[in-house]
Amino acid sequence: MNAAYEFTTAPCGSLHLGLAGAEVILRASGALWLQAERALIVADLHLEKGSSYAARGQLLPPYDTRETLARLKAEVDVLSPRIVVLLGDTFHDRRSEDRLADNDVHALRTLAKDRSLIWVVGNHDRDGPRALPGERAEELAIQGLTLRHEPRAGLSPAEAAGHLHPAAKVRSARGAVRRRCFVTDGERIVLPAFGAYTGGLNVRDAAFAGLFARPPLAGALGRGRVHAVGWRSLAAD
Amino acid sequence: MADAGAQLSKLLPPRFQAWFEGRGWRPRTHQLEMVDKARAGRDALLIAPTGGGKTLAGFLPSLVELSERGPANAPRGIHTLYISPLKALAVDVERNLGAPILEMGLPITAESRTGDTGLSRRQRQRVKPPEILLTTPEQLALLCAWEGARGLFEGLTCVILDEIHTLHASKRGDLLALDLARLSTFAPSLRRVGLSATVDDPQVIKRWMAGPAGPAAVDLVRGPAGAPPIVDLLLSEGRVPWAGHTAQHAMAEVYEAIKRSRTALVFVNTRFQAEFAFQELWRLNEDALPIALHHGSLAAEQRRKVEAAMSRGALRAVVCTSTLDLGIDWGDVDLVIQLASPKGAARMVQRIGRANHRLDEPSRALFVPANRFEMLECQAAREAIAANHLDGDPPREGALDVLAQHIMGCACSDPFDMLKLYDEVRTAGPYTGLAWEDFEQVVDFVSTGGYALKTYDRFRRIVKTPEGLWKVRNLETAQRHRLNVGAIVSPAMLAVRIAGRRGAVGRKIGEIEEGMLEMLDPGDTFVFAGQVWELVGITNLDVLVRPGGAKDPKMPSWGGSKFALSTYLAKRVRQLMTDQDHWKVLPADVREWLEVQRDRSLIPAEDEMLLETFPRGRRHFMVCYSFEGRLAHTTLAMLLTRRLERVGAAPLGFVCNDYALAVWALNPLDGLDFDDLFNEDMLGDDLEAWLAESFMMKRAFKGCAIIAGLIERRFPGDKQKTGRQITFSTDLIYDVLRRHEPDHLLLRCARADAATGLIDVARLGQMLARIRGRIRHARLDHLSPFSVPILLEIGKERSPGHAGEIILHEAEEDLIAEALS
Repeated sequence: MNAAYEFTTAPCGSLHLGLAGAEVILRASGALWLQAERALIVADLHLEKGSSYAARGQLLPPYDTRETLARLKAEVDVLSPRIVVLLGDTFHDRRSEDRLADNDVHALRTLAKDRSLIWVVGNHDRDGPRALPGERAEELAIQGLTLRHEPRAGLSPAEAAGHLHPAAKVRSARGAVRRRCFVTDGERIVLPAFGAYTGGLNVRDAAFAGLFARPPLAGALGRGRVHAVGWRSLAAD
Repeated sequence: MADAGAQLSKLLPPRFQAWFEGRGWRPRTHQLEMVDKARAGRDALLIAPTGGGKTLAGFLPSLVELSERGPANAPRGIHTLYISPLKALAVDVERNLGAPILEMGLPITAESRTGDTGLSRRQRQRVKPPEILLTTPEQLALLCAWEGARGLFEGLTCVILDEIHTLHASKRGDLLALDLARLSTFAPSLRRVGLSATVDDPQVIKRWMAGPAGPAAVDLVRGPAGAPPIVDLLLSEGRVPWAGHTAQHAMAEVYEAIKRSRTALVFVNTRFQAEFAFQELWRLNEDALPIALHHGSLAAEQRRKVEAAMSRGALRAVVCTSTLDLGIDWGDVDLVIQLASPKGAARMVQRIGRANHRLDEPSRALFVPANRFEMLECQAAREAIAANHLDGDPPREGALDVLAQHIMGCACSDPFDMLKLYDEVRTAGPYTGLAWEDFEQVVDFVSTGGYALKTYDRFRRIVKTPEGLWKVRNLETAQRHRLNVGAIVSPAMLAVRIAGRRGAVGRKIGEIEEGMLEMLDPGDTFVFAGQVWELVGITNLDVLVRPGGAKDPKMPSWGGSKFALSTYLAKRVRQLMTDQDHWKVLPADVREWLEVQRDRSLIPAEDEMLLETFPRGRRHFMVCYSFEGRLAHTTLAMLLTRRLERVGAAPLGFVCNDYALAVWALNPLDGLDFDDLFNEDMLGDDLEAWLAESFMMKRAFKGCAIIAGLIERRFPGDKQKTGRQITFSTDLIYDVLRRHEPDHLLLRCARADAATGLIDVARLGQMLARIRGRIRHARLDHLSPFSVPILLEIGKERSPGHAGEIILHEAEEDLIAEALS
């Protein structure tokens, strides 16, 4: 029998828990905060997803990049991180950077001022930034954790990754609710997608199978609060 | 003066007169009148009862005209277009039309074209069209979006709109009206003909169907009045129950009524009721009568089978929902049973018309009220039908998302001039009042998405030619548009399949809406397609089940048709309730219930609203009897709880049905200023604030986004038709758009839809105005007879508001409890 998960909820709505021996904070925004290193980690921004669809004929509102960056800025303003890690698929496609509006470029430059901005690259944005500030990285080790875009298959302790866009569905007699979520077994963690237009893949989906040593815990993003939800409470779509 | 009938008969060529005589018929006056109107080039709305030869009346002028036409050496395009709300009806009329054409030896081709028509036939129809084409509004929209639309319809002489009362008051009707305007541009002398058996207000229909010459050019033709229907009320041996909607108490008597009739249609209001009644009837079915089930969730093949058996006369009864409100004629039906509340008089006339298709014999119907308020409602409906007072749909303003789809379709077929198209669109009934600014905005939306942030200019879906005309950007964009034509948005459906061994997937038994599964966990049992099933699990798009044995099923609350009590019928119910002399028509136990209500609480006057307050348990209740239908009541309850919260009453919950709503709170409610509480100003900021956050706006937004073409349902080569593979969540798009551009066209559309379809704001507004200064407050020590039905519904409702957060919170508490145990 596995030990129960230990977690605490901070007044700001964040969830504090231990990850492979390090203390990590799951923010209600969907960002991961490593207090000791003052590192803020966000995954799967998918900037310019709207214009990517527009180019193919579906004219989604062009405000997703602006919205995503505003959310990121809000976290940066509150936490004043030393390092901001973009955990891959920061851009929705390879030409996204060219389509950025001037305002959004400016917002990104401001964000990178006086701190390191690290672009861990993913499958949608292998090249990293061209003209924007910051360093490109395949992986990054920080506070004993390995940060990479795509979770390694099988067990991979002390890893924080994105890519899968996890979402949790909780069902009750009064209806069902589906939210983006963190998912962790205390050894590794998968972050929710941070982008304004990025939906989620149910954590009960086969794509998550084999990643965890025991039934994982979901940190579902609620209104200003991360809710810890056990595996048994999670439903398939 | 010569006999008018003989005069009219001369309108028919000898060949037609001989045909009528050969059949032993005489052309009916309204049939000849239709020929007369056609010769005069007038539009016509024909209102004739079922069995009155209405369809033939619609086609007769075209058949005459086509028979008199000389031979041509080139194909001449479509002469007459027939539009039916149902695919099956179009196919059936094709068959029925075959008889006169064949028997008179007319050189006319008549063919149907629906979504089920084979590809080769559909392609051939565009190259070599039949003289008479029978189709649906969706197929017409598709044809109008092809490059060859103008050529196909240039020679069109007549368009026939069948069951017109079901077409007009919806987005489907908006789209059809726009396509008709298009057809009149292609064929300026086009005549329009509407057919219906149940029209409440011909003016409304005329306005909708009129061409460029306006409603004044539409003549009303009335068929003979049929024999008035005989509508009985089932007075059960058992007492009328206080609450519930299943009519279980009367099922044995319903079974007896089926036994006494040749073939009966048993109408219910929801799929759940259909499943329930079907089970109950089979439990009683000692004679093993062939009784079948028909509702929208059953697999299409299964429904077809039931319909075919019905046509053969092989069934004694079908339990059905609104899926059989319309449809092909079944001569054998001699009884229509309405289980539970009729909801509206016009719908009842439509349903009753399904029994007996002979004009001179009355149709027979039996109303089976399921509870006491329904007893009042059934009685009110009987009286309304006897007085021939119907409750039609009010006219509507054309929706802008539909207009967006139409404009895109126009651009796919033929480059258009903006001003000319604006003038054309305004000849469509629902769009006569369309402002130029709105039209411009919709064109901009179609082209670039219509955002204040102008970044999509290079992604335009329609572009301006050097001549200043708008046309679709390229062939691929046109092709994608055509795959997404139509104004019907159905919810995501999951296939219900029998689970095989070792994860294999077996036969499909039907489809259910995703939302209906939310109450069920694997292992739970439910009734579907007339059997008890156990939920095994859900895969991507399949719900896997296995036979559930004899266990008592846990039934999910089944959606399906969600008709609200009509305003007109509600008024009659209030009249019946307040007129004590009238109570004698009611059964003794219902009368007694009303009398006790009068003595313990009060019976309000007709223009008043009764509001009761009383304590119960440790809660304080407020129940108001406003009779405005569940939708309007739910909206009212949401807004009232916000206000009660503000005045410190600490409301805890509410429940609504068609007749009343109940709110309960921690603190007493009887000292409140009710005129203030029910002030109309709640429809201002309170409504806006609540609506913006509500899931109903998100649902409405999704529908508008799909119809307007912002989101595509299907891509070329995409085989699956469910709504689930949209690769982004429309909720997220809604949130972003609301924050950054709250006045965007699609948000306006969504707000309008939510206000009409989902929350019935207009009706609520009328009610609040009606009861101003007329709230009769009864302060009681305990509950009243009227309040029992609504209080019995508590616990069956879902909780409103921030339920999502509460559910997550509870899940977390479960986890903590688990950790601590």
